[in-house]
Amino acid sequence: SARLMCTAALQKDLGDIVKKDKVVVFMKGTPAQPMCGFSNAVVQILRMHGVNEYAAYNVLDDQDLRQGVKDFSNWPTIPQIFLNGEFVGGCDILLQMHQNGDLVEELQKLGIRS
Amino acid sequence: MAVTTDHIRDKLIKEIGAMHVEVEDTSPNRCAASFKVLIVSTQFEGKPLLARHRMVNTCLAEELKEIHAFEQKTLTPEQWEKQKAQ
Repeated sequence: SARLMCTAALQKDLGDIVKKDKVVVFMKGTPAQPMCGFSNAVVQILRMHGVNEYAAYNVLDDQDLRQGVKDFSNWPTIPQIFLNGEFVGGCDILLQMHQNGDLVEELQKLGIRS
Repeated sequence: MAVTTDHIRDKLIKEIGAMHVEVEDTSPNRCAASFKVLIVSTQFEGKPLLARHRMVNTCLAEELKEIHAFEQKTLTPEQWEKQKAQ
């Protein structure tokens, strides 16, 4: 069906999207105006680490994207963070990586000094 | 199906052998069903954070469809002891 082809195309697009930039975030709202506390937490953590250049996609703009990214990463919630094309997790995981120092290390691997 | 703290606790104990579970219903702070859980299980040992969270997400896959916001902390018994000592 057309719907199924669309879904397949979106999954392929998502594969490209997460590799296009070193840091990719799927969130509710935008970094300038997060629409959910969890998405806001991700924005604040990245800001604390001096990560200002990252790709942010607003899932509230696109219901297909909202469901598509959940299917793509097999993860039920938003926000979602990708580093170097790899799925890292949601807000809880990023927060714990921030607290235990893993995030600094991961960003260093990408050439981002926090 | 209304998801309750007891239901979440029972499922985590039964399915991922949690020895300690704290479930907080955070719905009153938000606009829909929301929960915050702390799970201590030996099954988390040797597993990275992402794998642990995936275990929990898989265990509660049906419930998560009804839940608006879900926060989780996954600890091994050793990490739990350390956290309690702090």
